[in-house]
Amino acid sequence: MAKKQCKVVVNESLCKGCNLCIEYCKHGALRSSSGLNKMGYHYAEPSEEAECIGCMMCTLVCPEVAIEVYGE
Amino acid sequence: MKLKNKWPKYYKKDVSTHYCPGCGHGVVHRLVAEVLEELDLGKRAICVNPAGCAVLAYKYFDIDVIESAHGRGTAIATGVKRAKPELFVFTYQGDGDLSAIGTAETIHSANRGENICVVFINNAVYGMTGGQMAPTTLLTQKTTTSPGGRDPQFDGYPLHITDVVAQFPGVTYAERVAVNSPAAVLKTKKAIRTAFQVQVDGLGYSIIEVLSPCPTNWKMSSIASHKWIDEVMSKEFPLGVLADRRKRG
Amino acid sequence: MNKVFMSGNHAFAEAAIRAGCKCYFGYPITPQNELGEYMAGNIRNAGGVFIQSESETAAINMLIGASATGVRSMTSSSSPGISLKQEGISFLAGFELPAVIVNVMRGGPGLGNIAPAQGDYFQATRGGGHGDYRTPVFAPASVQEIADLTRKAFDVADKYRTPVMILGDGMMGQMKEPVVFPDKIEDTVEKEWALKGRGNGNSRYLASLILDTSEMERHNWKLYRKYQEIEANEVSYESYMVDDADVVAIAYGTTARIAKGAIKRVRKDGIKVGLIRPITLWPFPSKIIKDIAQRVRKLIVFEMSTGQMVEDVRLAVEGSVDIHFHGRPGGVIPTPVEFARIMYREYQKQKKGSL
Repeated sequence: MAKKQCKVVVNESLCKGCNLCIEYCKHGALRSSSGLNKMGYHYAEPSEEAECIGCMMCTLVCPEVAIEVYGE
Repeated sequence: MKLKNKWPKYYKKDVSTHYCPGCGHGVVHRLVAEVLEELDLGKRAICVNPAGCAVLAYKYFDIDVIESAHGRGTAIATGVKRAKPELFVFTYQGDGDLSAIGTAETIHSANRGENICVVFINNAVYGMTGGQMAPTTLLTQKTTTSPGGRDPQFDGYPLHITDVVAQFPGVTYAERVAVNSPAAVLKTKKAIRTAFQVQVDGLGYSIIEVLSPCPTNWKMSSIASHKWIDEVMSKEFPLGVLADRRKRG
Repeated sequence: MNKVFMSGNHAFAEAAIRAGCKCYFGYPITPQNELGEYMAGNIRNAGGVFIQSESETAAINMLIGASATGVRSMTSSSSPGISLKQEGISFLAGFELPAVIVNVMRGGPGLGNIAPAQGDYFQATRGGGHGDYRTPVFAPASVQEIADLTRKAFDVADKYRTPVMILGDGMMGQMKEPVVFPDKIEDTVEKEWALKGRGNGNSRYLASLILDTSEMERHNWKLYRKYQEIEANEVSYESYMVDDADVVAIAYGTTARIAKGAIKRVRKDGIKVGLIRPITLWPFPSKIIKDIAQRVRKLIVFEMSTGQMVEDVRLAVEGSVDIHFHGRPGGVIPTPVEFARIMYREYQKQKKGSL
C-alpha cells in the first residue's frame, strides 16, 4: 500500500519554539528554524529529509495549537 | 488532503497565549475546549478561572468565564451552580489558588459534593508571581522562596490536596494525570471527559489534578521538564484514579 | 400582608425572600445567627438556595457566583465576618454586580463582643475593601424599616448594579417589633448582563483584572459617575422636630431612637432640640445638615462609637457651626436620660454663648 501522504504545517506566529513537537516526532519531520518569528522564537518547521506520516504526536504536545496536520 | 486536527471550537482562534514556551496550561486549555465540544457543553458552560497564570483564561476559552479572586474559585462555582443548575460549571485553578489560599473553599465544596468539576493544574510553583514555593513544591526543590531547596523543618511537606478530598464521600471522581507526553495528554483528555460526564450525569463533584510543566520557573527546557515530571514529580504525586464513586449513580 | 411580631434578624430574612432573593449564603456569628437560621428554614420552600458556608469569605464569593447569573442574592454577618467579606465586596463593585450584604454590628475591634455598636461606620461608608469604590449603606432604626430597607436594597443594587450594605446592630437584630411586609415579588426582571452560558452568541466574561492602566482609569471614572448618580438620587433621612429647634442632634439607627426619647424629655422643659436621622449613611445627607447648620447654633452628634459619622457631619458643615460629639463605644447602650443631660448642657452653653 502506498505510504500515506501527510503534511505538517506550523503556524509560525503562534509557535514559541519549545521544541516539544520536534522531540516527540519519531520521524524527524519537524526541525527548529534558523529564522526567528516576530516574538523572537526559533519556530518549528517541517524538515526536508523526512515525511510526516500523520501520527499527530506533535499536535498532542503542542501548547499553542500551532500545528496543523493534513492527510486522508 | 484533509485537515486532521481542526481548531477547537471553544478555543479562541489564532490567539497567541501569554503562557511561557512549553507551559502545560496551553495543552490543558486545548483539551478542555475539545471535551466541551465533544460533550456539546460549550453553550451552557461557565468557567471560573483563578488568579494566577490562568487569570487571562477568558481571553482563550470561547465560553462564558468568571475570573475569581485568588483561591475563591470553588466558592464562586458553588454559587453559580446552585443558582443555575442547568449551567455546566467548572473551575480551572493552579496549585497555589486551590491548595494554599483556597484550601478551605476546595475542601468544603468537595465535602458538600457540589455538582461542579475542578481542573487543577499542579506545576509545583507559583508561576505568575515568578516561581515561589507552592504547597505542592517538592522536598529539596529550589524556588525563589525556598532558595536552599524546600526543607520540611521550615516549609513543611508537599500537600496532597487531591488525595485529601478523594476521601470524601461527596467526591464522585478524582484522578491525577500529567501532560508530559503524547500518551499522557490523551489520558488527561480522557480524565477531563470522565469528570465532565460526572457533572452532566448529576453525580456530584469531580477533580482532575494535572501535573503540568513550568519550564520557566523550573529553570529547565520544555523537554527536560517533561522528564522531570516522570522521574521526580510523579514519584511524589503518583498518577492514577484516586476516587471513583460513580457506580452509585 | 397583615402585621406580625418579629425580630429584626428574622425580618431581614423574610423581607429578602419577599424581594425575590433566591440565594442566601451565610455563616454563624452572634448577634445575627437567627437570620441564617430563618433562611435555612424558609428560603428553600420559596424555591431558593441556602448554604451555610465554611467562612464568610466563601459566602461572599458564593454570592458573587450566584449574582453573576442574575439571581438576587444576599449574605449577612456581623462586624468580624464583614471584615472577611471586604475583598469580595471590592470584587462585586469592580464586576458591577448587584448584591445585598447585611451587617448586624457588634462591639469591636477584634473579637469585641456581641452587644450592639456602630464601630463599622467607616468600613461601611468608605468602601471597606481595597480600591476606589463606595457602596450604598442603609441604616434602619426599627424592624419595620429593616423590612422596607431590605426590599429597597435589592432594588437599588439591581438599579445601579452595585453591592448594597445594610447596617443594623445587635439590639435591632434581636429586638422584636410589629412589622408589615411589602408584598412578595418574584425577581423576574431579565438581566441581560447576567452570564448564562454563551448559547449561540458570543462568549462573555466577568473580570475585574484590568492590566491596561488607562482602561482601569476609565473603569474607575465610570464607577465614580455611578456613585455621583447614587449620591444625587438616593439620599434618604428623617427629620424630627427640627423646624423650631435651636440645637439639632444627628444620630442613626438605635442611637437615633434613644435621641428621640431624650428630645421628648428635654422639650417638656422648653429645650427645643430636633433630630436629623440619616437613613442612607452613604450617600450621606450632607445637604440637609449643611442647611440646618445655617439656622441652628449647635449640632450634637450621638454615636455608639468613639466618633465616625461625626467626621461626615464636619465635612458637611465645613466649620460653619459648633459640633459636640457624644459617643459610647464597646457595646454600651446609652440611655435617653444620658442624652438628655448632654442636650441640657449643650443647650445652656450655646444660649450663654449667644448673650
